[in-house]
Amino acid sequence: MQMLTQFFDWIKAPWHWSVAGVLVGLTVPALLLLGNKHFGISANLRHACAACMPANIPFFRYEWKKEIWNFFFVGGLIAGAFVAAQWLQSGQPVAIHPDLAADLVQAGITDHSQLVPEQLFNFSNIFSLKGLFFFVIGGFLVGFGSRYAGGCTSGHAISGLSNLQLPSLIATIFFMVGGFISANWLVPFLLKL
Amino acid sequence: MNTIHIPPTSGGQSSLSEYEQRALDTVCVNDSEEKESLPANLKYAAVGLLFGVVFVKAEVISWFRIQEMFRLQSFHMYGVIGTAVAVGALSVWLIKRYQIKAVNGEPVVFHDKKFNKGQIIGGALFGLGWAITGACPGPLFAQIGAGALAIFVTLFSAIAGTWVYGYFREKLPH
Repeated sequence: MQMLTQFFDWIKAPWHWSVAGVLVGLTVPALLLLGNKHFGISANLRHACAACMPANIPFFRYEWKKEIWNFFFVGGLIAGAFVAAQWLQSGQPVAIHPDLAADLVQAGITDHSQLVPEQLFNFSNIFSLKGLFFFVIGGFLVGFGSRYAGGCTSGHAISGLSNLQLPSLIATIFFMVGGFISANWLVPFLLKL
Repeated sequence: MNTIHIPPTSGGQSSLSEYEQRALDTVCVNDSEEKESLPANLKYAAVGLLFGVVFVKAEVISWFRIQEMFRLQSFHMYGVIGTAVAVGALSVWLIKRYQIKAVNGEPVVFHDKKFNKGQIIGGALFGLGWAITGACPGPLFAQIGAGALAIFVTLFSAIAGTWVYGYFREKLPH
């Protein structure tokens, strides 16, 4: 009984990066061996277009039903996040670097209790100028950029690098270049809006 | 565009085979010839479920962790991605080396990606969005699952971005 309690305490504390890394890495062979499927998530956005609004665009005219497994994977992903957030959290705020915390205070973000800061990503912000950038333009860049690059962090950085693909390394490097520019110069500016 | 080694199984309206069309600008492709029933697809949902738990528990979907990563204020995300790539690469190597087959007996198929300018231009644009939203596509779904319902707007916008890319694809440099 005591062991069980200890186990749940361990589960409820934030996981070490190595535990997460191993489990994320194992997704690659799990999908390959379960059904010859290559791990990647951004293609779901394309399948959504192909299923709902192909509009006779050649890029969306393919048999998306052959990729229906990807919708199942993402369905599980949403459910898993729900389960973990509901029942497996310690309730402690995300411990963040003091410099980041200090910068965010100036932007009015003081609450670190959620993984997604509610003071920034809330419904009343959606129709503000800030919301236009953090929700609409940010999301647009994620969708447009990942498809233009031919994959996102999971497809290129995890699947592609696991298969030692140079184009995936190039894509990953430019993900990081964009991210560095954005987080260090763009985001601080946008937070002041 | 990707190089495809599988012979086309059915002809589409375009010059590309259905498979080539489906695999365009995409990493995660179904390479199985088997037609699986809907319940059989639940096994992918099970893998996704575990994946979702990991995403939340390791704070991978945290907007704060993404800011720290790009500001070089924390090793956490580098550790997660680095370990994942190491484990993934070892697994792929083992599958290739010992020609381990999928559970249905099919040989596991790998593809070589071809370089195109999209990996640079699209990659950088994606990076800009990644740091703003604090989420790449996987975490977008997970953030919604974890209860941040406002992120539906971001997800919808990401789908719109994908659609716009598809619309202008032929005109963009590749």
